[in-house]
Amino acid sequence: MAPLLQVDNIEVYYGVIKALKGISFEVNKGEIVALIGANGAGKTTILHTVTGLLKPKTGKVIYNEKDITKTPAHKIVTMGMAHVPEGRRIFSQLSVLDNIKLGAFTRKDKDEIEQSLKYVYERFPRLEERKNQIAGTLSGGEQQMLAMGRALMSKPDFILMDEPSMGLSPLLVSEIFDIIKVINEGGTTVLLVEQNAKKALSIADRAYVLETGTIALSGNAQDLMNDESVKKAYLSE
Amino acid sequence: MEFLSAIIAGISLGSIYALIALGYTMVYGIAKMLNFAHGDVIMVGAFMMFIALTKMGLHPILCIIFGTVICTILGVVIEKLAYKPLRKATSLAVLITAIGVSYFLQNSAQLIFGAGSKTFTSLFGSGNISLFDGQIIISHNTIVTICVSVIIMIGLTLFINKTKTGRAMLAVSEDKGAAQLMGINVNKTISITFAIGSALAAIAGALLCSSYPILSPTTGAMPGIKAFTAAVLGGIGSIPGAMIGGILLGVIENISKVYISTQLSDAIVFGILIIILLVKPTGILGKKMNEKV
Repeated sequence: MAPLLQVDNIEVYYGVIKALKGISFEVNKGEIVALIGANGAGKTTILHTVTGLLKPKTGKVIYNEKDITKTPAHKIVTMGMAHVPEGRRIFSQLSVLDNIKLGAFTRKDKDEIEQSLKYVYERFPRLEERKNQIAGTLSGGEQQMLAMGRALMSKPDFILMDEPSMGLSPLLVSEIFDIIKVINEGGTTVLLVEQNAKKALSIADRAYVLETGTIALSGNAQDLMNDESVKKAYLSE
Repeated sequence: MEFLSAIIAGISLGSIYALIALGYTMVYGIAKMLNFAHGDVIMVGAFMMFIALTKMGLHPILCIIFGTVICTILGVVIEKLAYKPLRKATSLAVLITAIGVSYFLQNSAQLIFGAGSKTFTSLFGSGNISLFDGQIIISHNTIVTICVSVIIMIGLTLFINKTKTGRAMLAVSEDKGAAQLMGINVNKTISITFAIGSALAAIAGALLCSSYPILSPTTGAMPGIKAFTAAVLGGIGSIPGAMIGGILLGVIENISKVYISTQLSDAIVFGILIIILLVKPTGILGKKMNEKV
């Protein structure tokens, strides 16, 4: 079976700076794949290139056997891909409910949207309690939940999460990772970018280790967790 | 009673400023640019209505629709040709382009319609209503201006807050990238914003020239700059801010005219702009700018 997402030798530039120096990886249906690596390794750049916010100079992004390298970001969403961006990027001036509804922007069927809304509220009861609150007044953890709930509203087959643990207390981090696991068990494929390598590897099936724009290592998450060089560099043991 | 008359006339003038300021503030909110050609769209709209009325002999309502449609298209075309290629350029380049578009519109109008001024016939009749035994006289223009502005402002507020497109506009104005991730077409949203802003400018043109019936290629320049001042006063980027700022500015201008000096009224209006920029650059309802890291 062809992989759900295939990234083929992409190079991405910020002006003259080469941020990704030929990255290739794949994500299979049903998997949780983690991209780990230090700050500035290019993890977020990869996600932005996959969802179309950035365009690669060379290389291809293939999703569901379709070449989406040149597809604009707003169309990629309609193909069943959702992106929970780094720093949440919720619409802080709008209410929680408006934020969630914007996640279903491309969907037409009102009943199905209502069902998705119920699903999101079940997953994140806190969002229902605060649905009329202005999103900018939520706590960090709640904002992360909102960003995830908003992404789920597009009913994605594939969800990309960028640093969901950023700035959260250890307890909340565990809660968020449990939810990622549940979302995955529901049939959604997950591509997870994390600096918290230990947590990411603990729920991932496979992982890629990034170093300054190239993939340094890849493999089974369990194997990587036991790899001496990974342990030393990313698991602070 | 003189004071009350001055206030009513000020509210009428201010609602015109508010309609224009809405275009400034919406475009600023979404495209993060100051469209200094916005004032000249008013002039184009007024000329179109003038031609429709005098040369084509259309009914006033049809004249307004004709001018509004032309301006809506014009706004979208300006955005596509002049501003869209500069989406990633520095804001200074966009600003200079906007000034260029403004000159282009003024000079094209001069070429087509001549530099001389024309007398615009009110589209709303010339009658008056007198209250309190003739102590207050309100023209039909004033009443229509205030009513039309209020209806448009309520309609626009409902549109922004209740429709999907409106909420998409708010989302784009806050975070273009995140909006795209929701499946919102940012370019389309910007086009819609320019279309709405330009349509409001055309209506403002009809109201303005019906009350102040001199039409020339530079007719839009002064109200455009004053509406910009109103948008800054209310807080640029804020829709209710533009409404409040516009009406406030109209009232201040008119009261200055009545009680201080006609010649000084413009100086007072622009003095307000300077004071706001010095004291509270975010305006009355403006939000604090969060610098993104």
